[in-house]
Amino acid sequence: MIVQNIFFWVLALAMVLGAIGVVRSQNVVHAALYLVVVMAGAAAQYILLAAEFVAWVQVIIYIGAVIILFLFGIMLTRAPMGGDTKLDNDQRWPAAVVSVFLAGVLGALLIDAFGKKEIVISGAKGEQLLQVGKAGHLADSIFTAYVVPFEVVSILLLAALVGAVVIARRD
Amino acid sequence: MILNQFLILAAVLFCIGVYGVLARRNGVLVLMSVELMLNAVNINLIAFSAYLRETAGEVFALFVITIAAAEVGVGLAIVLLIYRNLHSPDLDHVEQLKG
Amino acid sequence: MTDYYREYLAVAVLIGAGLAMVGGMLGLGKLIRPTRPQPQKYVTYEAGSDPVGGWGQSNVRYYVYALLFVMFDVEAVFIFPWAVRLETLGVQSLISMIVFIVILALGLVYAWRKGVLRWA
Repeated sequence: MIVQNIFFWVLALAMVLGAIGVVRSQNVVHAALYLVVVMAGAAAQYILLAAEFVAWVQVIIYIGAVIILFLFGIMLTRAPMGGDTKLDNDQRWPAAVVSVFLAGVLGALLIDAFGKKEIVISGAKGEQLLQVGKAGHLADSIFTAYVVPFEVVSILLLAALVGAVVIARRD
Repeated sequence: MILNQFLILAAVLFCIGVYGVLARRNGVLVLMSVELMLNAVNINLIAFSAYLRETAGEVFALFVITIAAAEVGVGLAIVLLIYRNLHSPDLDHVEQLKG
Repeated sequence: MTDYYREYLAVAVLIGAGLAMVGGMLGLGKLIRPTRPQPQKYVTYEAGSDPVGGWGQSNVRYYVYALLFVMFDVEAVFIFPWAVRLETLGVQSLISMIVFIVILALGLVYAWRKGVLRWA
């Protein structure tokens, strides 16, 4: 129990620092690498929560594919000559106020609503939790209750692919 | 582990993402901040799925990850188009529709 | 549950050891190597030809390839759990998976017909 909590706090610290790096870094490539830290931390949190399959999907899709897309986007939108221009606009302080306010509201709401509710990870309930995250269980759920969303996702992906090809093609 | 520690971590990540969306001017970096927000949502879904011992939360997280990939694909294509037409990835320059 | 965490503890130890090894070696190298920075050392080609410009602009074609990779990566993510449970879920899941793959393959066909796969 205590070991899991130590891991949680170490990972949470790394994720928050990485996230601040994403929004504050003045180098686009460094921002993408900080995003890798946040996503790997999220995958580790999923493993702590016994969501094994989703954790590895996170690694495959986010770290393996989405970051690649981001790096391609960075390479394609970089000014060929000269260094980076400024990456931030001039509403940094209003943005900081908005996000701190939002964090306060959300934090107060969450503490009020969920207090000290605990995720049980020991004993028989822990074993039950371990079964929830298995790939087979997810397949049972996807191919019985969520077949229609599953097919809709394929149409969404098709639309995204066609749209991106139309937009990105050089004519 | 307490449920709230995951929810508050997700809330903090979400707010950092909000800051990034509002304060960044480079289109690629705005999309990265959006990814931070989507990750926060996923942490919430997984935490509740573990709390309630329900597979549904994890299925939703899977769909969110999929849709995030599609969103980044189209979003970056739009940023590429902006870059090609305006010779800059900065979203401040997109003001031709301004009245 | 304890066994599960113990298995992943091994993964965490391995990752930590890897980071410590790389960090230790680079840090040790930084400590004991001599540093005498000269501007000539940072030129790309020491043989004499001067590099022109900064980063080269990549071609947009690469982006479409990366996008195709992402789409089929996502497809694979749904195939893995399906393959685990194919025998128990039966024909109905086979049909829905075939529909899924055919719809995604339409995207590949579209890209092919539009000629973005041809490197001309």
